[in-house]
Amino acid sequence: MPTISEKILAEKSGKKRVEPGEIIEARVDYVMLNDVTGLPAFEVFKEFQTEPLTDRVVLIPDHYVPNKDIASAEQAKAMREFARKYKIKNYFEVGRGGVCHQLMIEEGFVAPGRLIVGADSHTCSYGALGSFATGIGSTEAAAVMATGKLWFKVPETQKFIVDGKLNRYVMGKDIILHIIGDIGVSGSLYKAMEFYGSVISKLSLSDRITISNMAIEAGGKAGIIPPDKKVFDYLNGRVRGDYREVYSDPDAVYSEKFEYNAEEIVPTVAMPSLPENTAPASELGGIEIDQAYLGSCTNGRIEDLRIAAEILKGKKIHEDVRMIVVPASKRIFEQAVEEGLIKIFMDADAYVSGPTCGACLGGYMGVLAKGEVCISSTNRNFIGRMGHKDSRVYLANPAVVAASAITGRITDPNEL
Amino acid sequence: MNCDRCKKKFTDIGKKMKIQKKIRGRVWKFGDDVDTDQIIPAQYLVTGDPKELGEHAFENVRPGFARKVKEGDVIVAGKNFGCGSSREHAPRALIGAGISCVIAKSFARIFYRNSINIGLPVVECDVEAEDGDEVEVDFEKGIVEVNGKRYSFPSLPSFLLNLINSGGLVSYVKSKLSKLEKRC
Repeated sequence: MPTISEKILAEKSGKKRVEPGEIIEARVDYVMLNDVTGLPAFEVFKEFQTEPLTDRVVLIPDHYVPNKDIASAEQAKAMREFARKYKIKNYFEVGRGGVCHQLMIEEGFVAPGRLIVGADSHTCSYGALGSFATGIGSTEAAAVMATGKLWFKVPETQKFIVDGKLNRYVMGKDIILHIIGDIGVSGSLYKAMEFYGSVISKLSLSDRITISNMAIEAGGKAGIIPPDKKVFDYLNGRVRGDYREVYSDPDAVYSEKFEYNAEEIVPTVAMPSLPENTAPASELGGIEIDQAYLGSCTNGRIEDLRIAAEILKGKKIHEDVRMIVVPASKRIFEQAVEEGLIKIFMDADAYVSGPTCGACLGGYMGVLAKGEVCISSTNRNFIGRMGHKDSRVYLANPAVVAASAITGRITDPNEL
Repeated sequence: MNCDRCKKKFTDIGKKMKIQKKIRGRVWKFGDDVDTDQIIPAQYLVTGDPKELGEHAFENVRPGFARKVKEGDVIVAGKNFGCGSSREHAPRALIGAGISCVIAKSFARIFYRNSINIGLPVVECDVEAEDGDEVEVDFEKGIVEVNGKRYSFPSLPSFLLNLINSGGLVSYVKSKLSKLEKRC
């Protein structure tokens, strides 16, 4: 009767069975830290006066690197020194890595059945490959580095089923925004989300990662998709170590079930200042934009760049708009160069940079001024998220971002 | 490592952890879905120091909060408090600002865990209050009292109570390590 979450948490805590609400201590397969959450964790770790479990620690500077200022340089240095001091091999220096969640997946740390924690809320992305993965704080990350274990409250699981046929230019982003628009930003609070249905089965791994990535925007603890051949093929030759896929039982008990018809899902935009504040892109054509941002752990993969390039090919970005394109990893950047996508972006007058999280959280490389409007392929549109408190962020899929960059206003690509 | 400014060890913030039996404080009222970008904007995530972070708490949405907040004040909020980023800087900023407890209808889970782990008392309770009201929280009895009204809240699961009373996650891990529990 268990769900995927319950099975993974039972196995990792050495129990036959766990029940929702139960608090367990479980063995963690990997703990990931970034440059922002790393520093406080390293300070706490010193208190333990022990060595970290180096093989299970992954350190990925990505938020404020390349260093945006002296303070962030110090922060990045603290991570580099921690990696050197303890000979942590899984450290990805600027120029070798990218946005942490993309890298965790690309580098084969993520696999079905694993329990992975990360000091970053979008760690839930790894559910797209059948892992139970969730965001934690810095103190907890320090505890996992020291002991390899962490306490968890076993969550109830909600089942989301998406069937039907996807409309043109509808992507994983629109599916998850549609769901969050329906259940709200606390609709999955303390719960695990599992995604099923013919639409989910047909989606690319990239689109599935977008869905799992934004589980946290509904308050979810994890966003899990049962692994299939697409996942196994992706992991072939890439995965580190062995893995065993885990599926829910046919009679698994879910706290709630939600069913959606894909035909009703259109290119969707989340308006300021919460991801639940959704509307069809086609209804927001009156909103002019200053910036179009394509990148992040949510939508910075090669598939995202391809669809944006397809729309931008041979076109110019609107004269009142700046477009910023940030591939989520070095590998994606290289592939985009090889496929000619970067040339398309540059010919259209987009600015292209190497991977960083910078703009997504209002750090740097695309901060908004007072009153400015950004259409963004990222995951949060909170007040001041990408800059000034009076700037506004509209979340959308990469095709909507590209189409809007051309017209200078929020645009459903089907209108082009 | 010591903080240059407050001369406190960073990790000391978890040490006042043992929940006091009762606290009394002045209310700061917030609504639903207060996200961690509101609690501490990302541009300040270049330090882990609670005091420094506290100086910028709620800067965008409540200008002047950091200046006006008094040691011991209490936040009363709606649903999903602390949603968004996993940044532990958010509860650290509230501790640094002097907040003694957050009462909310519900909490985002990472914020909730972080708070428990570093010693910011969090109470899940739907309370009616306004800015400046006096609120009393009785942790032993599980009662919040404000404006003559009493609200009860369920006690924490015993695992979490033990975690808190053993001094937070840092002390808990230290004691586990000292027992030479086999790491696996």
